[in-house]
Amino acid sequence: MDVMERIDQAVKENPVVIFMKGTPQMPQCGFSSRAAQALMACGKEFSHVNVLMDPEIFENLPRYANWPTFPQIYINGELIGGCDITLEMYQKGELQKMVTEAVEGEKAAG
Amino acid sequence: MTVQQDIETKLQDKLRPDHLEVINESSNHNVPPGSESHFKVIIASDAFDGKLLVARHRLVNEILADELKHKIHALALHTYSPAEWAELNGGAPASPPCLGGGK
Repeated sequence: MDVMERIDQAVKENPVVIFMKGTPQMPQCGFSSRAAQALMACGKEFSHVNVLMDPEIFENLPRYANWPTFPQIYINGELIGGCDITLEMYQKGELQKMVTEAVEGEKAAG
Repeated sequence: MTVQQDIETKLQDKLRPDHLEVINESSNHNVPPGSESHFKVIIASDAFDGKLLVARHRLVNEILADELKHKIHALALHTYSPAEWAELNGGAPASPPCLGGGK
């Protein structure tokens, strides 16, 4: 499968997915770590893609949504942003709401 | 021109910010001393009025596209409209309005 299709699949098939350096348990970058922590604090399951383990995705993700940096967080197929936006939304309580709605919506539809 | 000056000049020119801080945070990271790899930008501008965070960051990312591609490894971004900035404690408080008392 083409790399853009693989990215698209990860984005569309998961209600919440983070493309990050490392994993939520073993993050390899401070920004990825903080964003993953905010998602974990929402208390719902989410998917992750370790871009350091997939050079093709590492190279091509920036042009997928025209966003130059990592991590990238997608909810319901849409780019929410990177670390700073995710944290700011978490501090305002918006992230928890979005994540919960996306995960519950997925279950209801599933 | 240093990368820091380059970032400052571009953001100043394109966004005419009310407030702009470009902070070199490279020394917090695993890079040689004197590096210009990790930056934090705190910026308040009219250009962000009524825009979602994701759109604000896109705007800055586009202005700094070349730097992000070739020079900067990480960019922390804190974007505010002038009104949001004024509400923040860290922001410079607005000067009091004239109350008309004397010339």
